[in-house]
Amino acid sequence: MQVSMKLEMKDAPGQLVAALTPISEVGGNIIAVIHQHDPKHLSGTIDVQIMLELPEKNLEKLIGLIRSKGVTILRIGEERLLIRHSIILIGHLIHTDLTDTVDRIDETGFAEVAELHMVMPAITEPSSAKITIKSASEADMDRALDILRDVAGQKQLLMIETMEDHA
Amino acid sequence: MRIALIGFGSVGRGIAEAIVHKNLDLTVSGVADSKSGIIDPAGIDMRAVLERKRETGMCGEEGISAMEIITSADYDLLIEVTPTDARTGEPALGYITAALRRGKHVVTSNKGPIACAYHALRTLADEHGVQLRYEATVCGAIPIMQALENGLAGNDIRGIYGVFNGTCNYILTRMADERLTYQQALLEARELGYAEADPTYDVKGIDAAIKLVILANTVWGLSTTLDDVDTTGIDAVTSDALELAEGQDCTIRLIGEIVPGKEILRVSPRIIPKSHTLVVSGTLNAVMVDTDMAGKVTFIGKGAGSSETASAIISDVLFIRDHHVKRT
Repeated sequence: MQVSMKLEMKDAPGQLVAALTPISEVGGNIIAVIHQHDPKHLSGTIDVQIMLELPEKNLEKLIGLIRSKGVTILRIGEERLLIRHSIILIGHLIHTDLTDTVDRIDETGFAEVAELHMVMPAITEPSSAKITIKSASEADMDRALDILRDVAGQKQLLMIETMEDHA
Repeated sequence: MRIALIGFGSVGRGIAEAIVHKNLDLTVSGVADSKSGIIDPAGIDMRAVLERKRETGMCGEEGISAMEIITSADYDLLIEVTPTDARTGEPALGYITAALRRGKHVVTSNKGPIACAYHALRTLADEHGVQLRYEATVCGAIPIMQALENGLAGNDIRGIYGVFNGTCNYILTRMADERLTYQQALLEARELGYAEADPTYDVKGIDAAIKLVILANTVWGLSTTLDDVDTTGIDAVTSDALELAEGQDCTIRLIGEIVPGKEILRVSPRIIPKSHTLVVSGTLNAVMVDTDMAGKVTFIGKGAGSSETASAIISDVLFIRDHHVKRT
């Protein structure tokens, strides 16, 4: 599983290493460390955000080990789905079973619909919906968008995708 | 240099106006529209031709055809600006072929022949040692071909992205700014002369797709056709969709993309950040070229219009005169 943790530790040499060492001890992999020197707390501590992957059963053990180093865990959360991408669907969304459209993404296990904002005009008019999908990686997002393209094709919906910012 | 001008609609007239009003040192020895023609090796009075066209709807005399001028008149360069047939390229394709076979330079604004038969025409031009230029076929007044060929020479072109159709851009801009429905915005575009009575060619993305075919075939030497472009138009876009995009500081624009390395050849409405360089207003076109050395270079300008298209044509004509024709 992927886990994100926000740690609070003393701004002193060796502290970060001390906090990170237990991760490999429990068979985990560090994906990212976001080290914010500023702003410092009045207490002289700093916050560090880490993203890691580890066997789910070892999470409790890791928490204990980190705490034993004198590091405070401010927040911990399972952050499986980090990539977000919005698209707009236009068409007869309700009549073509919107629940099924959402399920087709949710049932993949690697992506899910995080947000859905729909505008419905008159009953005969096509509705428009903005759908935000979350996934664990760019590759998973591509797979999810492929599925959605297929679904849109089958249900004769217009799918408008986001253009990456080239500017 | 003597010119034969075939096609005397809005673009043809724009070229004639430029020749009359600007000191371009160009002599016109033949002119034809769909119904009439005029030949004079000594040079035609273009002011009189413009007036005759205005009064009678014909530029010359009935019985003198475009093909007759192309195959028999005395000229160095053919300007071909007849209406486009996206599928066959005719009759322009026949005109251009005939002129190249006679060893005449050709400048055209006609997307049909360049999209349908670029490689054959290029080969023919090379065999006869003459120039074939088509700046006006893509993005009107924007000198995109000149930039790709000369200004950005030496660069590897990784991709081209752009707003290639002013009509669609106008409609989407009005839908976003005034919350008009698609139908209302289309009606407005028609009243202002930005959209044809039959807007299919523009709003279904076909016009933009043809420009991608031209770029793909001329810049990368591919052999693509209209059917290879994954094309979606804007006619199903709702004002609600534009409002949803607005909610995340984005808008919707019809974007054409060519990225040969990723096998992308696509025209589709896209959600795009309002701060993106390709988000232009009204009937403007915008093209972004992604290169290895120069990075991303963006061009913005008018994609259609009589004098704008004439600008691209005249530029091609003068380029050929100054680089490929011995001046006497």
